[in-house]
Amino acid sequence: MDQDLKTELSKHGIFATTFEELYNWGRKNSVWPLTFGLACCAIEMIATTMARYDLARFGAEVFRPSPRQADLMIVSGTVTKKMAPQVVRLYNQMPEPKYVIAMGACAISGGPFRDGYNVLKGIDRFIPVDVHIPGCPPRPEALIHAFMTLQDQISAQHLTGEARPRHLKQELPSEFPVPEFGEHGLEPSQNDDVFRNPLKVLQG
Amino acid sequence: MTLEEISSRLQASLPGCQAEMVVNGSPSGQNSLLIDRGHGLAAARVLRDEVGLDYCSNVTGVDWPEREKTDKIKTKQLVDGVEKEIEQTVKTTIPGYLEVVYHLFSISDNAGPVVIRMRTVNRTDDVALPSLTPVWRSAEFQEREVFDLYGIVFDGHPDLRRILMWEGFIDHPMRKDYVPPPDDDLEIAREP
Repeated sequence: MDQDLKTELSKHGIFATTFEELYNWGRKNSVWPLTFGLACCAIEMIATTMARYDLARFGAEVFRPSPRQADLMIVSGTVTKKMAPQVVRLYNQMPEPKYVIAMGACAISGGPFRDGYNVLKGIDRFIPVDVHIPGCPPRPEALIHAFMTLQDQISAQHLTGEARPRHLKQELPSEFPVPEFGEHGLEPSQNDDVFRNPLKVLQG
Repeated sequence: MTLEEISSRLQASLPGCQAEMVVNGSPSGQNSLLIDRGHGLAAARVLRDEVGLDYCSNVTGVDWPEREKTDKIKTKQLVDGVEKEIEQTVKTTIPGYLEVVYHLFSISDNAGPVVIRMRTVNRTDDVALPSLTPVWRSAEFQEREVFDLYGIVFDGHPDLRRILMWEGFIDHPMRKDYVPPPDDDLEIAREP
């Protein structure tokens, strides 16, 4: 509907909207994160939820202790190879629609611990990440910005057509394979369906 | 009690026990005692009960790979009837070994640290050392960590399992020759 017409109608006390807008408006203002922290970034995440930064303004004040009730996974901190299967399993247990914010240098790439023998070099090797936040750790403002970015992404989604989100496409998976502990590292070391392997991207 | 006194105390209490001083040439000058592994447990009991070192604060491992040492030796030789000093370089190969280091304190005497070391025979098949957990309980988890990351097997440890890596992992990541799996770091592996 034309924006001018909407404004004109609202002057006459008529509220016009689409089902899509209403649906996305409801979804984006009640994104409940999973109570889940991995390292020092979790401290910043906790600070974000407290009174000074007050994530509750965005409808995300209830951190759910069960993945079954959560919509958003904030991967806040270093993901070790020993922890990675549990992170993927928690993600699998979340119902669709679900979103992931990779918070901090460690969660997006391994960060300062990248060369560590037990550090996963980015959680996007195993699960799809919607928003990456750089920083070590990112300030609460950065997490709020990531959250607003996610809200913008949600409100821009269409319910029909090719651009519809993953949870509305029947053929796309909502669970991802959990890596297993191997003799030298995780097996497989990444999920090729999710992770854009830079080697393959470079080779075309 | 100085390290020399502790060393002679050990040798007096335990006949045949070797307690060799390992000199640290750095500004800290923190020398340590190298104890032979056969007398490790008995020496630890002496250190705790007679010397009074009642607290083990830190256990760590060191990996010494096989290395070459070059020494320059000056010898006097007769060259054409004239005595000359000739420098010779002698290369000796020092076989590799694993080492475990304990930092001991005395809470009752407010003294320490006393650093003791033990060494394995090699880095491959003979890597057993006596566990000092029966003497200092605080060594339990740290010996497990040394076992996990360096591969030193502690005889007499009550619960020797990996502590940081998972069961089924076969490498020892803190060894000098550890190589991470090749598909681990794809961004670095790329060729121009």
